[in-house]
Amino acid sequence: MNFDLTEERQMLQDSLRRFLKDRYTTDLRNQIIESETGISDKIWGELAELGVIGALFTEEQGGFGGAGFDISTVFEELGRAGVVEPFLDTAILGGGLIAALGNDSQKDLVEEVIGGTLHLAFAHGEPTSRYDLSRVETTAKSDGDEIVLTGRKAVVVNAEAAGQIVVSARESGGADEEGGISLFLLPAGTQGVTLRGYPLLSGGRAAEVTLDEVRLPVSARLGDAGAAFPAIAARVAVANVALAAEAMGAMETAVELTREYLMTRKQFGRPIGTFQALAHRYSDLLIEMEQARSAVINAAGHLAGPERERDRHIASARNLIGRVGRLVAEESIQMHGGIAMTQEYELAHIAKRIVMTDHRLGDTDYHLERFIDLSAA
Amino acid sequence: MDLSYSPEEIAFRDEVRAFLDEKLPKALADKIRRGGHPSKAEQEEWHAILNERGWLAPNWPKEYGGAEWNAVQRHIFEEECAFASAPRIVPFGLSMLAPVLMKFGSKEQCDHYLPRILDGTDWWCQGYSEPGAGSDLASLKTRAVREGDHYIVNGQKTWTTLGQYANWIFCLVRTDPDVKQQEGISFLLIDMDTPGVEVRPIILLDGTHEVNEVWFTDVKVPVENLVGEENKGWTYAKYLLTHERTNIAGVGFSEAGLASVKRMARAEMSDGKPLAVNPHFAARVAKVEIDLMAMATTNLRIISKAAVGQAPGVEASMLKVKGTIIRQEINDLARRAAGPYAMPFASELVEGDNDPIGPDYAGPVAQKYFNNRKLSIFGGSNEIQRGIIAKVKMGG
Repeated sequence: MNFDLTEERQMLQDSLRRFLKDRYTTDLRNQIIESETGISDKIWGELAELGVIGALFTEEQGGFGGAGFDISTVFEELGRAGVVEPFLDTAILGGGLIAALGNDSQKDLVEEVIGGTLHLAFAHGEPTSRYDLSRVETTAKSDGDEIVLTGRKAVVVNAEAAGQIVVSARESGGADEEGGISLFLLPAGTQGVTLRGYPLLSGGRAAEVTLDEVRLPVSARLGDAGAAFPAIAARVAVANVALAAEAMGAMETAVELTREYLMTRKQFGRPIGTFQALAHRYSDLLIEMEQARSAVINAAGHLAGPERERDRHIASARNLIGRVGRLVAEESIQMHGGIAMTQEYELAHIAKRIVMTDHRLGDTDYHLERFIDLSAA
Repeated sequence: MDLSYSPEEIAFRDEVRAFLDEKLPKALADKIRRGGHPSKAEQEEWHAILNERGWLAPNWPKEYGGAEWNAVQRHIFEEECAFASAPRIVPFGLSMLAPVLMKFGSKEQCDHYLPRILDGTDWWCQGYSEPGAGSDLASLKTRAVREGDHYIVNGQKTWTTLGQYANWIFCLVRTDPDVKQQEGISFLLIDMDTPGVEVRPIILLDGTHEVNEVWFTDVKVPVENLVGEENKGWTYAKYLLTHERTNIAGVGFSEAGLASVKRMARAEMSDGKPLAVNPHFAARVAKVEIDLMAMATTNLRIISKAAVGQAPGVEASMLKVKGTIIRQEINDLARRAAGPYAMPFASELVEGDNDPIGPDYAGPVAQKYFNNRKLSIFGGSNEIQRGIIAKVKMGG
C-alpha cells in the first residue's frame, strides 16, 4: 500500500498549485467570469505550457499522463482555485473522444488541444435527456457521401469557443438504445448550426446547439457508424473522476476559508470558532472531507480496471461527493454568515462550483441509482 | 380541537382569493412565479393596490389605516399571496418601523410618518447590521454625537435590503460609548437625502443587487428624529425584531414552492419516465412535504395563541429555524429537478423579456437556491435562534 503521489505527479501538483495561487486570484477570476468569452486565453495558454493539458493524455495519445491519478491530481488543483476554463470539455471529453475513436488525421487535433491552440466541446445531452447517456434523438442520415444532422443539443459547455464540436447523433435504433449512436466532428461555423450562448452560474459559458439539416462529409464521423456508445461511456467515466476530484479540491478551499474565518471573525468578544456549536460543525466537515478524498482515490484508482468495478467506484464517488459537497458548501456559507453571500468573496464562487458539479453528468440521486444497479447484478 | 378554518375565516380566505384574482397584475405574478424580482415601480404599484383596499398594513390598527387583522387572518392573507405569486410586502416601513413608532414614538412622529408609509411617499430601509456587528448586534459602532439640536452621525451599516430604493433609513446608533453596550444605543430616523449619506451596492452570489452598504460621514440629523428616549434604542430594537420574525415560518412560500417542485417533477423526464415517479426524487419530496404539513400546524398552533399585534416569543425562534430548513430544502429540490438546465445563469433572462433557455420552470432555480441561503443567516441567524431557545427554555 502506498497512498503517496509519484514524484512526477507531486511536481505537477506543486507547480500547478503555485501557479494558480499566484496568478488565478479572485479578482482575475471574477474579471474572466464577467468577460464576453467567459474564459482567459492567456491563462489557458500558460497552463498548456505548464503541461497541464498534456498530463490529461497518455503517451500513446501524445501526452505524458492520462491515468486516473494524473487526472485527479490536475482537477483537484483546478477545483481548489475555482478555475472556470473548460479543461473537462476541451481535453477530457472532446480531446479524449477524438483520441479514442479518431483516425490518424482526426487525431492530429489532439496535438493542437495539448498545445493549447484548439478548444473543443462535447454536444451530447439533449433538452429531454437529463442525465441518460444513451438517450439521443438527434438524427444522422446518410445522403451519398454526406451525413445530414438534425436535432437539438442542450447546455453544451464551451460550444462557442470550440473550433470543433464533437456531436452525437443516432444513425439507427430507438431513442434510448446504446447501439446506433455515432459521433461526428462538427467544425465551428458549419452551415445549419445555430448556437444560443449564455453564461453559466458557476462560470464559463454554454450554448443551446440547434442542428438544422447540417451537412457533413462522411469523413467527419469518429469511428464506426452507430458504435460510439462504449467510447462515450468510457470518457464519461474519466470525466466523472475529474468532476469528483475538482469538487473535492473546491471543498478543500471552502473548508480552509471557513477555518480562517472562524479563527479571525470576532463576535461577543471572541473568535466565533471558539463557540463549541461551530467548532463541532467544522470538525464534522473535516471528517467528511477525509471520506471525500478516499472516494476520489477509489474512483481514480479503479479507472483502468474492469468496467463494472470502475463504474461502481465512480458512481459511489459522485454520490458521496454530491452529498458531502452540498454539506460543505452550505455549512461553509452558514458559518461565515452574510459575507459568504457576496459575489466578491472567494467562497461564493467556490460554493457555486461545488454545488453546480451536481448538474453535470449525473446528480447525487442518479449516481445512487447507478450504484444500486451496478451492485445488484 | 378543530383543525379546520371557521366559516368566517373561510369567507375571509375567499375574499382574499377573489381580490388577488382580480387585482394582482398578471404580468407581475408571472414574473414572480418565474423567480424574478419586482422593480421599484412594480413594488410600489402593488403596495398602492393593496392600500386602496385597506390591506397594505395587516397588523396596523384601523385608526392609522391598517386592516387590524388577527394572526390567523394575516396567515391566511400571506398564504394566499404566496400561492398567487404576489410580490411580498416590503416590510421595513410597514411591519418593522411602524410598530416601533406606534409604541415608542411621539404623536407627531406617528402622524407624520405613518401616512407616508401607507401612501408610498417614503420607502424605508433598516440600518441595523454593521461589518463588525452581525449576530452580535449590540456591538454596533455607528456613532451619533449631540451638537445643539442635531446629532452628527458617522459610521457604516451593511446588508441594507433594498436601500437603493429607500429615501429614509431607521438606524441603531451609539450615543453613549462609555456604558454597557446595550445601554448606549439610540434609535434614529435619517433622511437619506442628507449630505454625507452614501449607498454602495453589494452584489450577492446569485448576481442580484438587493443589499447595500450605507455610509454616514458627518450626517446632520435633527434631534426630533430620535425615537423615544436617548440610549433606550436597544429595547426598541428588540421589540422590532420580534415583529421581523412574524411570518418567519414562511409556510405560504414553502407550500407554493413545493407545488412548483411537483409541477417540475411531472414535466421533467428521467430515464423515459416523469421525475415525479422516480423513487429517490419522490422520497425527497415526500419527506419535505411531511415536515411541511406538521410545521403548518405548528405555525397555526402558535399564531392562533398570539393576540392581535403581538408576536410570539421563543416559538418564533423555533418557527424560524424549522421554517428556513424546510424552505431551503425545497429550493434544493427545485435545483435538482431542473437537471442540467439549472446550470445557465438566468437572472438577466428573468429580468428581461428573453425566452427561457430550457423549460420555463428551470429558469433561476439554482440562483434561488443560493440566494435563499440568506434565510438561515439574516434576521438573527439560526445559531442565534437556537441560543435564544435554549436560554429561554433552560431559564438561563
